[in-house]
Amino acid sequence: MGLDIRWPIGLMFTFIGVLLTGYGAVNRAASVTNIDGQEIDINLWWGVVLLVFGVLMLLGAIRGRKNPPSA
Amino acid sequence: MQPIHLAWVDYTILIAYVAFVLGIGWALARYMKTSSDFLTSARSIPTWVTGLAFISANLGALELVGMAASGAKYGIATAHFYWVGAIPAMIFLAVFMMPFYYGSKARSVPEYLQMRFNKPVMGLNAIGFAVMTVFASGISMNALAKMLANLLPWQLSLNLGFAHLVSYDVYLWICSGVVLIYVLKGGLTSAIYTEVLQFFMIVLGFAPVVYLALKDVGGWTAMTDKLHAVAQNPMALDLNTRAFAPDAWTSAWKPLLGGYDANPMGVNVFAIVFGLGFVLSFGYWCTNFLVVQRAMAAKNMTAARNTPIVAALPKMLFPALVILPGMLAVALTAMPDKNYRIPPPIIAPENYARAVDVIKNTNQPNPAAEIKDVGDALGQKVNADKITALIAANATTKLSDDQIKEGVYNAVAAYDYDSVIFSLVKKYCPAGLLGLALTALLASFMSGMAGNVTAFNTVWTYNLYQAFFVPNKSDGHYFWMGKFITVVGIGLSILCAYFARQYNNAMDIIQLVFGFVNAPVFATFLLGMFWKRTTSIAAFCGLFGGIAGSTVFHALTIAMGNVPGVKGAYLWRILGHEVPKSCIFPSEMAQNFWLATFAFCVCFGLTLVISLATRRTRSDEQLKGLVYSLTPKIVDHNVPVWQRPAVVGTVLLAACVVLNFIFW
Repeated sequence: MGLDIRWPIGLMFTFIGVLLTGYGAVNRAASVTNIDGQEIDINLWWGVVLLVFGVLMLLGAIRGRKNPPSA
Repeated sequence: MQPIHLAWVDYTILIAYVAFVLGIGWALARYMKTSSDFLTSARSIPTWVTGLAFISANLGALELVGMAASGAKYGIATAHFYWVGAIPAMIFLAVFMMPFYYGSKARSVPEYLQMRFNKPVMGLNAIGFAVMTVFASGISMNALAKMLANLLPWQLSLNLGFAHLVSYDVYLWICSGVVLIYVLKGGLTSAIYTEVLQFFMIVLGFAPVVYLALKDVGGWTAMTDKLHAVAQNPMALDLNTRAFAPDAWTSAWKPLLGGYDANPMGVNVFAIVFGLGFVLSFGYWCTNFLVVQRAMAAKNMTAARNTPIVAALPKMLFPALVILPGMLAVALTAMPDKNYRIPPPIIAPENYARAVDVIKNTNQPNPAAEIKDVGDALGQKVNADKITALIAANATTKLSDDQIKEGVYNAVAAYDYDSVIFSLVKKYCPAGLLGLALTALLASFMSGMAGNVTAFNTVWTYNLYQAFFVPNKSDGHYFWMGKFITVVGIGLSILCAYFARQYNNAMDIIQLVFGFVNAPVFATFLLGMFWKRTTSIAAFCGLFGGIAGSTVFHALTIAMGNVPGVKGAYLWRILGHEVPKSCIFPSEMAQNFWLATFAFCVCFGLTLVISLATRRTRSDEQLKGLVYSLTPKIVDHNVPVWQRPAVVGTVLLAACVVLNFIFW
């Protein structure tokens, strides 16, 4: 109805993805989880996942604008 | 739960989410032109959106928190709530019932009852639903405000003379305000869109927590091995008072087949399959307007029928996201080197201080008395071995107050299962991911309120106000009423939140009323949709009788270990009698499932018998499109095979059976 939901979802997750990836890359000490002695850069990795998801959503929204859905 | 420290990145994610939901509301405002746009989205939403909203409307934060708690208490058997208690009903709704809800052009579920029967039947359903949904909204907001007040470090205490404000109040009013704004601006569409957003937030916010916890435990096999050990001796961890077979936490069906005392849930197969799987599950998924409303907003009949199907796929897979954390928490608690335990109930600092004093000043030679004193000081049961060890440790080397307090904390022999998911988030999420997980919880609480309010305003405006009080006005009038009652609905929800906060029993009472109203209702719909002979007066008497029957059943029965009162059996108490053995159930869940079974049978039986005894008031022609035998079957010729509800539904049902086998 008027607004394609993929726009807000895509924008929000792209934003959060960039935020987490950036924070994870810059502030590595605060962004790791210690599992069994192994340090995992979870902010970095998951930030990338969120970014990819957000971009995919935006691509879907752009495609939706080019091919308007049949009524 | 002790407060956690949030970094600027966490607050940024929180604020971003709030900004986006307000923005969605604002962007949709210009499309709200009629009451239909505002209250029912005017049938314009694509299938994938309605499908995800359908599942999201049910996936409130209470479900997230509750399923993790149940996963810890009962293990994989909790999945029955999904694989038995949801999927079959969702597929039945999609294939058999949506054609009537959507095809009749009813604007709500109660309105279908008005078309099929008459206004009194509709009114009974509408009033019950309206009251339930406002309470559900209040419970959601109360839980959210409590969570924020417990987790966020900011404290407030402001004495205004007529009221004493604390941080709880601020969180409650601000969150309610945000929901009010975006629902008032964008109506049902706003609620649906934010529910889809919430869905992705929950999946993407909690998947990493589950992954990290699983990795920490050492993998799936390591977890099941640990749970086998726990099941045979849960007393060591104070998880239960009895031992079970090794697979009690890791097998979904075998412990049930052993009867009610072979599984931690305390139920048997019949109670699960009929009580939960049929009555409660179909009663909720097929007739609760909160979820059905999302399907009714779909853009055409195929989309409407496919909505529950689309929702069924993630629903089937959700146990991995919501139940697994509970099981992992138990496994972790059983691994001493992980430095984790399921949190104890919240105990006041003064009680901790008293307990610490008891330990410091022990000079009595009788250890049992000392342990009892510690327990009394705390107001909770404590683990005797751990306290003895603590006292011994303090005797050899003088421990600091904090060390003693930590020792006491670890020795509390009771668990606050509802805080399992928070404790895992706290343990594994660094700043950033923490903000995401918390925002996901916030999103689902707020969606819970929005969903309930949008269902409430539709039922009030069309089925109570327009049907009974002020008919025949212009659409503009009802549009205005829809907005007005949204504000009122939020206000009532806030009142219910305070009520739930005030009375510990409030949740129990409200769940009870839900049970009374929900349990019989599916019988009415079943007979109404599939038997043309059902008469209106029979439907009314059946529904009323079912609700009354629930109340009587509850007044006469109780679960083992509960005191007669709110939990049941108060009629015996009034009569001055002992509760007879035949009225005692092995667990609350068993009592609930049997109550549902009883109510369903009463409603079904009454409706059937009275229908046969009364004359029909509607002809076949009038019931066309409302009853199965009088409606042309939907033939999905123009739809590709993979989009046909019956085909996909069958595939999903088969997948569900496979899942049940895997976790047999």
